[in-house]
Amino acid sequence: MVIRMDNSPNAITIWLSGELDHHAARDLREQVDGAVNRSVAKVLRLDFSGVTFMDSSGIGLIMGRYRLMAARGGQLLVVGASERLLRVMKLAGLEKLPVWENHTVLQSSTKREVKRR
Amino acid sequence: MKPMNEMKLTFPSRSANESFARSAVASFLSQLDPAVDELADLRTAVSEAVTNCIVHAYRDTIGSITIQMRLYADGRTVIKIRDRGCGIDNVEQAMEPLFTTGGDDRSGLGFSVMESFTDRLKVSSKIGKGTVVTMEKYIVVRERQAKTV
Repeated sequence: MVIRMDNSPNAITIWLSGELDHHAARDLREQVDGAVNRSVAKVLRLDFSGVTFMDSSGIGLIMGRYRLMAARGGQLLVVGASERLLRVMKLAGLEKLPVWENHTVLQSSTKREVKRR
Repeated sequence: MKPMNEMKLTFPSRSANESFARSAVASFLSQLDPAVDELADLRTAVSEAVTNCIVHAYRDTIGSITIQMRLYADGRTVIKIRDRGCGIDNVEQAMEPLFTTGGDDRSGLGFSVMESFTDRLKVSSKIGKGTVVTMEKYIVVRERQAKTV
């Protein structure tokens, strides 16, 4: 799994790409938590638009980062998840967590469809 | 009914093999010409079962995981994932959504995902002997006339 990170004083944005399973989640967790702990930013934005596969290890990762940011008085935002990923996330009831930016789910999937054509 | 094709795959419980297991199963399944969603469902279910072997069955050790896969002419696909690890004390409890002994970052949803993404799931386990997860999924057999003409 490859990640790209943009670190500003207000928000850390991390773009994930590749397959997010238990193997990838271990490294990823360390990198994300390291970035969060080095920063004063109150917002952590995880962009899933490059993720081609995710199992329940991704759910664990999201819930863990949600708790981490909440404990810091901050917020986790999840953006760019495909329909396929949302299906897995919904099994965990993640759609009920306040982690979704307005309409970002729809917007990002529309953008990708356009690119594919 | 006899399977029209079958395979058996054994590999050590290293987490790098999670993606290998998914790809191998997907590759073998491709001869049934599955839809994108059917393929993705099975990849996800297999990933969960193999991860369970790595995280739970062989928690502090490396052991072998065997995948047996059978394809039937009517589209039925049966996958058995077997370990010889520690076994599950209470299978019913282990299969409850959100139950986990895997620590903070495990969601406890592995069996829920397997159940949702396959048509049938059976788990049998013996303490000290290991666990066998059997999953069945029907792949819709599509018209292949266009190809044969």
